[in-house]
Amino acid sequence: MADNDRGLESALRRRLLMGLAAAPAAAALPRFAFAAGPATAAVNTTGLAVTDSEVTVGILHSVTGTMAISETGAQQAEKLAIEQINAEGGVLGRKIKVIQEDGASDWPTFAEKAKKLLVNDKCAAVFGCWTSASRKAVLPVFEQYNGMLYYPTFYEGLEESKNVIYTGQEATQQILAGLDWVAKEKGGKTFFFIGSDYIWPRTSNKIARKHVENVIKGKVVGEEYFPLGHTQFNSVINKIKLTKPNVIFTDVVGGSNVAFYKQLKAAGIDLSKQVLMTISVTEDEIDGIGGENIAGAYACMKYFQSLKNPNNEKFVAAFKKMWGEKTVIGDVTQAAYLGPFLWKLTAEKVGSFDVDKIAAGSAGIEFKGAPEGYVRIHPNHHLWSKTRVGLAKADGQFEVVYESAGLIEPNPFPVGYQ
Amino acid sequence: MFGDYSLGDLGAIFAMQGFAGLILFSVYVLMALGLAIIFGQMGVINMAHGEFMILGAYVTYLCSGFFQSNLPALFPGYFFVAMVLAFLAAGALGMLVEWALIRHLYKRPLDTLLATWGLSLILQQAYRSIFGAREVGVELPSWLIGSVQVTDAIEIPINGMFVMAVTVLITVAVALLLFASRWGRQVRAVMQNRVMAGAVGIDTDRVDRATFGIGCGIAGIAGAAFTMIGSTGPTSGQLYIVDTFLIVVFGGAASLLGTIASAFSISQTQSTLEFFLSGSTAKVLTLLGVVAILMLRPQGLFTLKVRR
Repeated sequence: MADNDRGLESALRRRLLMGLAAAPAAAALPRFAFAAGPATAAVNTTGLAVTDSEVTVGILHSVTGTMAISETGAQQAEKLAIEQINAEGGVLGRKIKVIQEDGASDWPTFAEKAKKLLVNDKCAAVFGCWTSASRKAVLPVFEQYNGMLYYPTFYEGLEESKNVIYTGQEATQQILAGLDWVAKEKGGKTFFFIGSDYIWPRTSNKIARKHVENVIKGKVVGEEYFPLGHTQFNSVINKIKLTKPNVIFTDVVGGSNVAFYKQLKAAGIDLSKQVLMTISVTEDEIDGIGGENIAGAYACMKYFQSLKNPNNEKFVAAFKKMWGEKTVIGDVTQAAYLGPFLWKLTAEKVGSFDVDKIAAGSAGIEFKGAPEGYVRIHPNHHLWSKTRVGLAKADGQFEVVYESAGLIEPNPFPVGYQ
Repeated sequence: MFGDYSLGDLGAIFAMQGFAGLILFSVYVLMALGLAIIFGQMGVINMAHGEFMILGAYVTYLCSGFFQSNLPALFPGYFFVAMVLAFLAAGALGMLVEWALIRHLYKRPLDTLLATWGLSLILQQAYRSIFGAREVGVELPSWLIGSVQVTDAIEIPINGMFVMAVTVLITVAVALLLFASRWGRQVRAVMQNRVMAGAVGIDTDRVDRATFGIGCGIAGIAGAAFTMIGSTGPTSGQLYIVDTFLIVVFGGAASLLGTIASAFSISQTQSTLEFFLSGSTAKVLTLLGVVAILMLRPQGLFTLKVRR
């Protein structure tokens, strides 16, 4: 008996001690801040999964299947952003709770999981999708059940929805400044386009062709598409040798990328002499291609891991701390990181989680803490952002050689480019 | 399109284009050899063939890392070690799979299709868990990178020639093994008449396991060689599987010579068409050609005459 009593006593004392030790720490914990939010009935009039202390959001990316390669970084960034927001007190006094679903690189699965997140889980917002195909698959679901999607990938444009915020660049935003730069700085007059055969490269190249022909007054000497997963590029490399373009402009994606750059190098095309501009290779892809195989190429997008500004340095350090020293951060990863912050800022501006209010209040939201620098949401739900050109180096990083003077306006339905 | 070019230019391009076709040919042969043995000799539809190739590629990746950090002096030669290890690893896994899975399905060839497809998914996810979802970069020794300058205009990639050499070696080895060794005679006997072969004292189980193992091992070597020209990721094997089956079926499943002939005709058609048309169209036309020929000759280009 005595022993038992002592056991109980010591257990009590232990708990008390733990409580005492935790008390000063708890003051710093966000728990206290969460209590400060407005009443649930006021911020949630449509039955979303919002309680007095929590708000539920969804993450919808492929963790398995082909696209897992690309989507890993995006979902990592979203989790980091959510963790950081929670550490600073959450959104409207509520901690963000995440429900993650796996799209499994399969478009119908994406639609099904999106429906689950909206209908069963009542998610206030969903961060996710990577390919245009998956976005097109979930779009009707988000519109029907009135959900909010934050989509991180640079894409072909030609879309605008009240239910989607596009945190990546649309095609004109990404491409035109880069083409102008290469024409001016590298004397690019003749271009050879190589892409994977699906909607994004085809639309991007269509825009690029119009720009080359009408604005730069240059010439496209070749335009080639290869099926996704194509691994043999020797014939097209010979064609490049024959046509001798000033600039090779590529939007090859996935595993084909690796084959393309390895074979380009093997064929003796020296990227320090031959200008090559890609819009599809980020730091993520270089991991697989091998820095030595692509060194000397130029990439055109809005973000590079090597950007020098305090926001980015903090972001890179936090990302590596959470996901490992060896991870690299590409354009889409950074764009995915913006999603939760833009949603939080919008919710706090409109003082509500209601999707209609968020959708209506998104225009004009500014995020000064973005690793890429200041961004702002345009009324068309895309972001104003800068475009940069990076020179690939053998260590797998880019050296930023050009940055557009100001923010470039997103223009998903470009007149004269269709 | 050729109006603006001098005769010399054109000659050089045709030479390089011919070579591009030859490289594609060796890649195809290397891809298809392992499958030709497994599908052709054993009748097993191995949908996981690509994953066995990628196992070889990952072995090469590990080797490259190991040599770089532990034996930098020997790094230039690591590729040969990697190929041997790739053969052993893929072969061992192949024998394990045969023992655990395939041997129970010899009488139900269509079920092997499903079983091995499942196996391929399992292997893909295993690679993803072990090596990560992203592609890995395999560092090559410097002598394998770059090209040989034959004339001013003609350049030939070194890794292409390396793949060709490997292909020739392995093809010769497989041919010798199949047609000049005791094991090869046993394999062919088992393939032609399993019951009879067993009756004359051939241990058909052992022959099957060795055949499957060797087929997978060759896939491993192919995977190792392809790290030079392609990507190494959990799903990279899928890039090759369709072409591989195409070649084996087109060539006539049971014939080694057929596999080679089919690889040659498909690669030459593909690379020539790719030069004159766009990549996607070239692929479509090549496939159409294959379909047309298979309609006329359903058994493929070459067949063995077997009394049934």
